Formats: sequence, structure tokens, C-alpha cells
Amino acid sequence: MATNPQAMIEARELTKYYGDFVGVENVSFTIHKGEVVGLLGPNGSGKTTTMRMLTGFMPPTSGVCRIAGHDVLADSLDARRAIGYLPETVPLYTDMTVEDYLEFMGSIRGLDRDYLSRRINQVVDLCRLGTYRKSHIAKLSKGYRQRVGIAQAILHEPQVLIMDEPTIGIDPIQVVETRQLIKTLGEDHTILLSTHILPEVSLICQRVLIIHDGALVAEDTPANLAHRLRASDRVEAEIRGPGAAVMTALRAIPGVTNVTRTGEGDIATYNVDFRGDADPREAIGKLVIGNNWGLRKLNPLSMSLEEIFLRLTLSEEG
Amino acid sequence: MFHNILAISWKETKVYFSTPAAYIIATVFLALTGYFFVQSISVALPEASLRQWAIASTAVFTLWAPVLTMRLLAEEQKLGTLELLMTSPVRDTEIVLGKYLATLIVLVSTLMITLFYVILLNWFGDPDMGPMFVGYLGLLLFGAATLSIGLFASSLSPNQIVSAVIGFGVLLMLTLIGQAAPLTEGVTAQVLSQISITNHFQDFARGIIDTHSVVYFVVLTVLMLFLTSRNLESRRWR
Repeated sequence: MATNPQAMIEARELTKYYGDFVGVENVSFTIHKGEVVGLLGPNGSGKTTTMRMLTGFMPPTSGVCRIAGHDVLADSLDARRAIGYLPETVPLYTDMTVEDYLEFMGSIRGLDRDYLSRRINQVVDLCRLGTYRKSHIAKLSKGYRQRVGIAQAILHEPQVLIMDEPTIGIDPIQVVETRQLIKTLGEDHTILLSTHILPEVSLICQRVLIIHDGALVAEDTPANLAHRLRASDRVEAEIRGPGAAVMTALRAIPGVTNVTRTGEGDIATYNVDFRGDADPREAIGKLVIGNNWGLRKLNPLSMSLEEIFLRLTLSEEG
Repeated sequence: MFHNILAISWKETKVYFSTPAAYIIATVFLALTGYFFVQSISVALPEASLRQWAIASTAVFTLWAPVLTMRLLAEEQKLGTLELLMTSPVRDTEIVLGKYLATLIVLVSTLMITLFYVILLNWFGDPDMGPMFVGYLGLLLFGAATLSIGLFASSLSPNQIVSAVIGFGVLLMLTLIGQAAPLTEGVTAQVLSQISITNHFQDFARGIIDTHSVVYFVVLTVLMLFLTSRNLESRRWR
């Protein structure tokens, strides 16, 4: 199979074991040129491990990753040239000034002097670091350090940007600014960013990869995911009433696709499947009361995806 | 290849010369060795040579080198910048050589200040310049080897103090192991005295260039740099 020239980030069956502990297992995905993709998952789900394998910091136990067509292990230097990387803890030499730091980062990426000084001006403007250009990094606030981190990542105009939790631990105003910056960068970069904040991906990303316990569990657009999560697809109801009549009545509720019954006698548990957009819980309640049956339990059955989402922070508090 | 090494060593050299640490370390070195210099010429019949001074300097190096190098890779690990370096288009060897080159620059700069003693000796006496030159060559080789050991120690831990202690421990062992040689016999004695870093310096102090001592220092340095580089590489596999 020929490598798709438009595929900028390719992960094929990536697996990483730390001893016996599974870090990431069998993760495959492809990110095409110009896409902004979010890697979403709870803390400890394997986001950082995945990113470290993609950037070549850590080799996978098995599997292959390619950046801009370069194998990260076999063609490591070319792959690394194509990447701008912002690790989770922003890697800064605190005893350097912003300008010296950017100069150093540019020089080890082989940028020539004229181009580098022009680029430093550009990224300083883009990340709004102008007033702190000559400041020692040690004196900068967390938000500004994050910007310096982003500035070094985009300095060499990499084809691919990989950012690990770019908005973690900075104040809300700076979070908004950082997201805006990432959106701007998304116009001419291929971006993979990780986060555990659900609203963040819907704001920035065109596509979401959900990772849980080291495995990729879903891949979709933020809108589709939100839709899939709006209602669960199955309700479990424990009803006291004549079995056959209850079954018939449940089936007649609009949107219900299937009903199964477990348990014998007067009290039984009914699993009611329905179309994603038609939550029948209220209708079931009315039905039971109207027929003078007894509703003993009614709860939506959690699907695995939703469970994962429950662990994700749904609010901005992060 | 050279471009990256120079970029890294330029950065490290700038850090050395823009923070107090290197100056303090150099001052301590000069103060201690200066004392030995004064002592060596303050005897009844002073000799216009740097022999005593050079031997004393090697002892100071064993303390000096681990302190000078402890920051280099330990700090990268602590700050997380190693992740950035190792994902930049730079080879592990280039990282190691770049850092090492910066320490050599500090070493040479410090040794250049001590040329003051040579001037003094020439002013007040008539020293034999040949052995003095050989002494400096020895100090350079000795210093280079101790720095490579310090750098290796720095790659072993994210904690600078731990790195310094490891480096000092290794150097102390290489220094003292020669004293164990007379206690043993035959091959063991031979091996122990050949491993000793101080024994190899004796000839240089006397003004003799012994090729096998030169080889000893060069091999030790290259081995340490190689191990440092391999140790960095192995971090990728953990």
C-alpha cells in the first residue's frame, strides 16, 4: 500500500508496554493535512504515551508511526524536522531569556541566521510575547511560559504540530487566548492536541479521537459525538404488571425499537431500546401510572462511551 | 553535525559565563591551586617548575569536574527539556559532544588564567619550558577525562547533587585505586596501578610524555562520552 501523501500523522497498531503495564494498545489512526484533531481521554488514558511515540521520544513496543511520510524510528531525523512539539510540562530553560531560548531552539533545528531572526519576530508577534522578549523565562507567569512553549513549537514552520494538554493549568482568560491561537495555527498546520476537557475539542477540533485505558474507543467529529451522547440508547425498567400487556404497551411508545424482558412473574425487568433522539423515559412513566402498574426502577443503561465521558471533565474547571 | 554541536555548546558556554556558578567554581579552583603554587615556591630552595602545582591541581580537578558538569544533563532531565532536545532533529551524540565541548572551553579558560604562574616563574627565574608545556598537556588531558566522567554522572540522575556525588565517587575511586596496587601482586597489581588516574599523570608532571598515558586519558574520555550517549539513547527504551 502506498503512503498517502496527504497523510501527515499515521499511527499503525501502536502498542507500548511499561513492563507488564499496558500504556497504549493497538492504536491506529491517520490525520490528514490541514486537520485539527483532538486526542481526548481521561488522565492516565495514554495520551502522553501516544504523543511521545509519535514524536520519537519513546519507541513503541510494536507498531509504526509516520510523520509527513517519514518513519519515526527508521527516518528519525527527517520525521523530527517535520514536527513542532509542545510536551505537557512546557520544556523551558528558565535561566535564558525568551529571545535566547527561541534562538537556541531555532539553531538546533538548523534554521539559518537571517531566517531565524525573521521567524523569531513573527512568532513573538503571533504569540504576543513582545513585551517579554528580553525577560528571563523564570520570571514569566504560567500562561506566558505556555506561549513561549508554543512559540518554540511553531518556530521552524513544522508541517505537523503536536501539543500535549496545551491549556492545562493556565488561567481562564489565557485559556481562551491559547485556544484562539491554536485555531489560528490550524489554518496552516496539521495539529494533534490532547486534552481531557470535552468542550475544548468541540471549540478547536474538526475531529476527535477518544482514548481510554490505552485503547482508541471512538473517532468522530465533535458534533456527531455530542449527538451520540445526548441520549443513551437503552433504558432499563423494572415494572410490576402483567408481562404480555406491558411488553405490548412499551413497544407502542414512539421511537422504541425493541423490548426484551427478563425475570418471571409479576415483577420483571424490561430492556427498552430506542432511537438515539427519542428518550422514552417519561412516556414509560405515564404508561405505567395510566395502567395502574408499578414502576420500581427506571434508569438509562450507560454505554461504554458515555462512561468515559463521565470521567472527562465536562465543565471548564478542568 | 558540527552545526548542532556548536549550537549546543554555544548555549552551554553562554550559561556558564552568564551565571555566577562557573566563576565561583573557577575562583575556588584558582584559590586552591594558587595556594599550592605559593607553597611550592616558598621552600628554602625553590624550584622554578610547576610540578608540585600541577599534581595539586589534579587533586582539585576531582572535586571541580563533577561540580562543573553536574548541571549539564541532570537539569535537562529535571526541566523536561531533554524531551525537547531528544525530539529535535539532533543526534544524541551531538547533544553529548555539544555539552562536553562547553566544559572544555571552561577548562581551557581556567587553565589560561594559570599561565600567570608561568609568567611569574619566567620573571623571577629561568624555568625549563618543555616540562611546563608537558605539564599543561597533562592537565588538559586529565581535566578532559574528569569532565567526561562528570558528564556521564550527570546523565545518570535528574538530581544535580546525586550526579555530583556519583562523579566525585568515581573519580575518588580512580584516584585511590592505585594505592591498593602495592597490597596485591602480579597481574592484579599491574591492572590496579594501570587503572589509577593519578599514576598516569605522574609522568606528565615530570615533563615526560608517555604515549600509553596519553592513550589512557583519551580512551577514558571517549569511553565516558560513549557511555553518556548510550545512556541518553537508552532513556528512549525505558
